Amino acid sequence: MSTILEVRGVSKRFGGLVAVSDVSFSIDEGEILGLIGPNGAGKTTLFNVVNGVYRANQGTITFAGKDITRCSPDQVVHLGLARTHQIVKPLNDLTLLDNVTVGACFGREYLDMAAARKVASEVLQRVGLERTDMMARSLTIAGKKRLEIARALAAKPKLLLLDEVLAGLNPTEVASMIALVRKIRDGGVSVLMIEHLMQAIMSLSDRIVVLNLGRKLAEGKPDEVVHNSGVVEAYLGFPDAVHKLTLTNKLTWRK
Amino acid sequence: MILRRPFFWIILLVAAGFVYAPLHGNNVSLREDLILIAIAIILASNLNLLIGYTGYVNFGHIVFYGLGGYVGLYLTTVRGWNLVLSALVAGVVVSVCALLFGLAILRLRGAYFALATIGILQAVQAFVSNFDPWGRSTGMYLSFNSYQSLGGARHALWITYFLIIAVMALSMIVSLVIKNSKFGLGLFAIREDEDAAVVLGVNATVYKAIIYSVSAFLPAVAGALMFFKNGMIDPSIAFEYMLSLEGIVMLMLGGQGSVIGAALGGALYERLRSYLLTSPVLSNFHLVIAGGLLLVVVLFAPGGLIGWVYRLVPRARKVIE
Repeated sequence: MSTILEVRGVSKRFGGLVAVSDVSFSIDEGEILGLIGPNGAGKTTLFNVVNGVYRANQGTITFAGKDITRCSPDQVVHLGLARTHQIVKPLNDLTLLDNVTVGACFGREYLDMAAARKVASEVLQRVGLERTDMMARSLTIAGKKRLEIARALAAKPKLLLLDEVLAGLNPTEVASMIALVRKIRDGGVSVLMIEHLMQAIMSLSDRIVVLNLGRKLAEGKPDEVVHNSGVVEAYLGFPDAVHKLTLTNKLTWRK
Repeated sequence: MILRRPFFWIILLVAAGFVYAPLHGNNVSLREDLILIAIAIILASNLNLLIGYTGYVNFGHIVFYGLGGYVGLYLTTVRGWNLVLSALVAGVVVSVCALLFGLAILRLRGAYFALATIGILQAVQAFVSNFDPWGRSTGMYLSFNSYQSLGGARHALWITYFLIIAVMALSMIVSLVIKNSKFGLGLFAIREDEDAAVVLGVNATVYKAIIYSVSAFLPAVAGALMFFKNGMIDPSIAFEYMLSLEGIVMLMLGGQGSVIGAALGGALYERLRSYLLTSPVLSNFHLVIAGGLLLVVVLFAPGGLIGWVYRLVPRARKVIE
């Protein structure tokens, strides 16, 4: 399998604050890579650096063989790297169809209006949004997250960055969203996703990268990562927390 | 295609009506009324490209009209060029200026951009007021000879009138074409959320600069024609700040973002203004009324006349452009 995205030694500073520091990882074609870490670990900043919203202070980002370190977000989309936002950004006063048509029009294939509308209605159906002439502002939060994904998919990306698409959804919505992400991957799109919902990301991801305080803490298969003592410390405070917690539980249970 | 849009034919029909009505019976006073309406429609329609389509408020839109008037009058009077060529060149020159201004100030957003547009208006006015070739603060007068090439003054005024109507029709057609194009969709995306638009692949910097420049072209052409018709120009009438504000009122009244809304708002407001200005009781009261009207629109019908129709009949969005 060939590498679709390679991030090498990337750092991003805001004044004195180092948000991302010397992070490297890569994604293979057709892979789902999970990106986890406590709040403020630099996950979303890393997304913003990868898709060109911020410019990296150091390091290089290579996408499908091209150096995109200095590309702007719109150039990155044309190359086939689309993303969703953690805080949804619907184009409120446009219909769902128009929202997704924007994605198709200015995406990788740079379609004209007629072709873009066709792609848009297909994609809307695929993500399960039916009333396509509705205004985006009147969608529920789950609907808006689906719209974010639909817009990104309409760009016909090779790699999709998903920023917390499960946050704020109820269990039924989470289940159908997980099914959707799987479907997207099966359609040949690689996925890099940030997620806080552990069960979901553990079951979805092929591999996981853990960030803490801007640095990469661990990388590996989901079950390797959860047993990494550094990861446990970052999340729970001290390395043998898991052990102690189970021990305390046993003690109380014995009483 | 544009020819299949019913609204395209409606525009042509309206323009034909504008041409026919005063010609019938040689009604010069009607012609003068219609000219003012046409100018209002031109200003409102082109302002709509920036405010209604792209979401950038321009308080200094009148600068394009005034500058176009100056370039046009300079070319016809001092250089002796013919009217149509002068007007077109005025349009191109002003569009290029707008592109340069735009690249400088379109980095700003929201209120900061709006403030910068006022700054540009003031700066251009100050420059023109001190520019010798354009007569400083006394301005320029058209030499009577300029009318000769168009077959005398009477003839020339009619020709100018037809040209202004053509510019009016063109303004609405440009709005219509942009609204239904991929370019227009990109602008709408910028209006709704510029950051999201960029992430979706819209090159916002280029799009904004282009639309700012496009919105300058036809007002500049109209300015060149209008000040040729008036026969004189000076900085205070060319860069009338009030007219710039009234353009925004027209747009809010009719409904920003809508082709017909901008045109209707322009026409209605201009009629109202003319009525108030000429009525002996209400003379000089029109700005108070305009202010009150704006308040009512903003409070009770933020989408203007067309927005109100959209709310009553949601399906109308598809029919009324």
